[in-house]
Amino acid sequence: MTTLYDERAGTDVPTRRITVTVNGETRVAEVEPRLLLAHLLRQGLRLTGTHTGCDTTNCGACTVLVDGKAIKSCTMLAVQADGHSVTTVEGLSGASELHPLQEGFKDEHGLQCGFCTPGMMLAAKALLDRDPNPSEEDVRWALSGNLCRCTGYQNIVKSVLWAAAKLRGEAVSAE
Amino acid sequence: MYPSRFRYEAPTSLDEAVGLLHAGGLDAKVLAGGQSLVPMLKLRFAAPELLVDINNLPDLDYHHVDAGGVLRVGALCRHADLERSALLAERQPTMAAAAPLIADPLVRNRGTLVGSLCHADPQGDWASVMTALGGHVVAYGPNGRREIPVTEFVTGPFQNALAYDEIAIEAVVPAPKAIPGGGYLKLERRVGDFATVGVAVAVERDRGLVVSRAGIGLTGVGGSTIDARAAADALVGHALSADVIDTAADLAAQAAEPRTDHRGSAEYKRNVVRTFTARLLHRVAETEERAA
Amino acid sequence: MTKALDEIKIGGLGSSRKRVEDNRFIRGKGNYTDDIVLPGMLHMEILRSPLAHARIKSIDTSRAWDIPGVHLVLTGEMMATRNLAWMPTLSYDTQAVLATDKVRFQGQEVACVVADDPYIAKDACEAIQVEYEPLPVIVNPQQATADGAPVIRDDKENQPDNVIYNWEVGDKDGTERAFAQADKISTLSLHYPRSHPSPIECCGSIADFNRATSKLTVYMTTQAPHIIRAAVALVAELPEHMIRIISPDIGGGFGNKVPVYPGYVCSILASILLERPVKWIEDKTGNLISTGFARDVYLEGELALRNDGKILAMRMHTDADHGAFFSDAQPSKFKIGLMHSTFACYDVPVAHLTARGTYSNKAPGGVAYRCSFRVTEAMFFQERMMQQAAYDLGLDQAEFRRVNLVRDDDFPHRTPFGFLTDSGQYAKCLDVGLEAIGYQDFLRQKEEARARGRRLGIGISTMTEPLGAGNSREYDILGIKMFDSAELRVHLTGKAIVRTGARGQGQGHETTWAQIVSHELGLPADDIVVEEGDTDTAPFGMGTYASRSTPVAGAAVAMAARKVRAKARRLAAHLLEVSEEDVEWELGRFYVRSAPDHGVTIQECAMAAYSNMPDGMEPGLEASAYYDPPNLTWPFACYIVTVEVDPDTGVWDVLNVVAVDDCGVRINPMIVEGQIMGGLTEAYAMSNMQFITFDAEGNCVGSNYMDYLLPTAWETPGFELHEVVTPCPHHPIGAKGVGECAAVGGPAAYVNAVMDAIQDTGVRNIDMPVLPDRVWEALTFRRDVSGAPPVRSDG
Repeated sequence: MTTLYDERAGTDVPTRRITVTVNGETRVAEVEPRLLLAHLLRQGLRLTGTHTGCDTTNCGACTVLVDGKAIKSCTMLAVQADGHSVTTVEGLSGASELHPLQEGFKDEHGLQCGFCTPGMMLAAKALLDRDPNPSEEDVRWALSGNLCRCTGYQNIVKSVLWAAAKLRGEAVSAE
Repeated sequence: MYPSRFRYEAPTSLDEAVGLLHAGGLDAKVLAGGQSLVPMLKLRFAAPELLVDINNLPDLDYHHVDAGGVLRVGALCRHADLERSALLAERQPTMAAAAPLIADPLVRNRGTLVGSLCHADPQGDWASVMTALGGHVVAYGPNGRREIPVTEFVTGPFQNALAYDEIAIEAVVPAPKAIPGGGYLKLERRVGDFATVGVAVAVERDRGLVVSRAGIGLTGVGGSTIDARAAADALVGHALSADVIDTAADLAAQAAEPRTDHRGSAEYKRNVVRTFTARLLHRVAETEERAA
Repeated sequence: MTKALDEIKIGGLGSSRKRVEDNRFIRGKGNYTDDIVLPGMLHMEILRSPLAHARIKSIDTSRAWDIPGVHLVLTGEMMATRNLAWMPTLSYDTQAVLATDKVRFQGQEVACVVADDPYIAKDACEAIQVEYEPLPVIVNPQQATADGAPVIRDDKENQPDNVIYNWEVGDKDGTERAFAQADKISTLSLHYPRSHPSPIECCGSIADFNRATSKLTVYMTTQAPHIIRAAVALVAELPEHMIRIISPDIGGGFGNKVPVYPGYVCSILASILLERPVKWIEDKTGNLISTGFARDVYLEGELALRNDGKILAMRMHTDADHGAFFSDAQPSKFKIGLMHSTFACYDVPVAHLTARGTYSNKAPGGVAYRCSFRVTEAMFFQERMMQQAAYDLGLDQAEFRRVNLVRDDDFPHRTPFGFLTDSGQYAKCLDVGLEAIGYQDFLRQKEEARARGRRLGIGISTMTEPLGAGNSREYDILGIKMFDSAELRVHLTGKAIVRTGARGQGQGHETTWAQIVSHELGLPADDIVVEEGDTDTAPFGMGTYASRSTPVAGAAVAMAARKVRAKARRLAAHLLEVSEEDVEWELGRFYVRSAPDHGVTIQECAMAAYSNMPDGMEPGLEASAYYDPPNLTWPFACYIVTVEVDPDTGVWDVLNVVAVDDCGVRINPMIVEGQIMGGLTEAYAMSNMQFITFDAEGNCVGSNYMDYLLPTAWETPGFELHEVVTPCPHHPIGAKGVGECAAVGGPAAYVNAVMDAIQDTGVRNIDMPVLPDRVWEALTFRRDVSGAPPVRSDG
């Protein structure tokens, strides 16, 4: 059980108990209704791969999958995830294997500072789950809710197309 | 970044939700997609005492056309559902054109059309579309259902006609009586931006390509959504010739009440209204001619 | 015959080896400041001023203190009792930490709260009541210098007005004489608008003062940890050896994370007072409204021209709006940075530059955002002036540049402002660019399209820029010289660690510094770990910004590796039982000249350094190097952009972008290309959609991501990259800086393209961002369009 505010003494703040499946594991937490899902993940569950970059729901660095859909976790309350399943970047790879998206981003230099990368990969995963053979335009459109300051996007698109090809079982360039 | 404190309820039936709003008084807000409300909570532009989350209400995530041709969009139908809707692509060109232009793909996965109407942002796209289509909102409260035309539903910037204990449960677009055509053009500085100018055009034409019904809604060029009635009326009874289109475009520009700001001068925005209205009408005219 | 090592295979120079950093980032296992949790950590939020200029009449924090979970509420008054309400800036000015007498820009820090969590801290900030008395507001240099303008810095002695400095360089009289001889004078006035680097990760710090050890550790989003340590030692009066600054992974810097921000200082004081770690992470609004912005410079530029296109002289006046405090991080000798590197790629016989800096009611800064110390402004002004001059003379854009570009055999070339450029193949780069874009074909296409009412345009931007500040004779920040450093230690099994005084924020240092060592020593790059950012372990350096790391820190890495190799040679001689003169080197191996098969690997030398040293030799195999660069490096670039403009809406779309970059030897081509594409995107952003402006009350427009627009993958064009290689003659591995080139040279290419599409209107300038409404205004009314503040509104 995760209690988010360990050191609150003598306050009378109502909290709510929620059950969320995160990366396949059932997690239970006591949270204030105002707690954002992004903060539950980062501070409550110590999954810091999901990042927060803005305060107006624009940058997409906080993107996670909720029931398979890519959403901005800073614009969802943690209590709204009760009974639902969340996938973060930590849940992308298996125990020993990287997801092809992760491999693709490394192979095609799709990241520089790495801050937008988890969100990018999850938004891309949602695309590939729906459309295994996207065009470049499809990829750019699907990622248009995720901002990157470093790469200029060209290599991000290549990374996603690399992953799509690998998932389709085609040969790809390798390290 | 951090909302102020509020109470939160997640009812599982519509009556329960209405009951909570009734008890909650004026300081309660309904939470659906949350893509407009949660950002306001985070910036503390809104600080309600109670949030009533309707995401667990059953059977509200639909959009369908009934036997009579009426399109109904449930309160939990997400923008993304409409963006990917084959039904809309086939039957409702104005809506199909607007859906991909709402915010960005991630926001579209959560945000709802009905919620967007309730939020009544003058820069909101759906209100213009529904205005052009002559749609209405179905409200549900302690006294049951009532229907409110969209033009009466939006009462001002961020203001709607719902009573404090009513929930908007559905948006309705009347069945077309003739062949529908139309579209939505949005001048935005980039994806995810609000509209500097948005124009929704919805026309119906009979077999002779004469306009039998028209509606034009304008986004972002006034205190709230603008119903360019005179411009739309000028199309009825005519075929879409270049002259007819020009007249309507001019009237649409005149109906706009834009302000000069960092997005551009009032004059510029009026010009874009004129340009977009003309372009949309020309496209409609060309589509049918190609098909004919 | 033993086969020589393949340098590319082992990850040496020229290898596009995959990045070491990626392994943790793709797993979401980066270690950014906000990811770090320390036991007992508290959270700090800042209360900011809603007004741009106002006297503070009172601050009541009592209700904030009453909120459960609040540990500390700090105001300027409390800071003042500890002499911390003001701090020195990196430009010899002072800056308020927390406001005391007045607030001087919207968003200025007024108070801060430390609480159990940031939600409570924010609740408490809301409970603080401040009474303001508004004062008149200044949002541009014209207002700042008008008669009767209020003095913003009335806190300073000897500051009677709002002028910070007047500076000049060049030959005033010689330039005047040349202008008198001109066949034509081409003039241009414009405003390079305020912009913001806006990395996705905001600024933040975790200050941890340990009373038991008297040591202060601060985790901080900083590109220059050693500068911070020095600043903290001066400001907080703590002894330097008891201060440890750790710069963990940084989510983008671009110059935004160089200055010392009030939030850092407050978190440090709070930690000292509370004896617990205090974390401060700002939000995006705080970042955009108060941290180091970029640009905001006005230009008056003139070129004296001969009819055949030769430039006879250049004259420029720049007016820089620095905001409320002069806090730029830049070489202290140059008030307007390296603005005077303008026109360095052209053979201009004589020139004169005057510069003025003023205060205004805006956040402090100016030097940031991939600017190479104001070189973004210098090159933008240059290429915009060049375009207009070509039009004024009726000459082709490319040919006009070619006539004036410094020729290959003119190097070394002394510019009229005293810079020495040493290498380049400028004309070749231009040719490669013109060929790639299909220049002649495009001009034909443009004419044909025009006949059908469509508007196409092409924009060229060519420039060389000074990267790698800098030599100790001329460059310092706060008196500290701008060298950089590297320490290399080779372990007994031939693995190695290198630490430098740089601090990457995505440039890939962990990957590329290893490649330099690999090149010098023949160790596989995979066998070399790179560390940066911890002042307890890293050698002193001035940090990573202004594209200085490859030129300076990279050079230090090479020099340290060469010292190691020199010692390894002596070990090799010992192992091979020959004298040093008989030993030859090839990648990874020493061998006997007369018996090439008789050799030892570098790994064997390393082992010997620990187990089999010659008599009298100190054991171990390591070296450090502090590198004082003899000169700046001078990469050259040619950027060409084609666009189409929609005349009815003013919207413009990019058709093609061609980039030709000559940055000398490329350590890792993949990484270099990534840097260029990032810069081209920022150039696109600045030219198309991105800016910060102010209304007449000083309200900041563009203080959050709803109005400060970064392009997404959807708008951002694709880029075609080309390469020319002219090695730097003085850099140990022939490399030049490159990180900022595309941000420096790019904007003019985009703007020139749009201006070209509307050239028939006679409009000389549309300020960036070249928004659709501005293009429409230019087309409709045939007039120049300014974007300078205050932004117009209906009231």
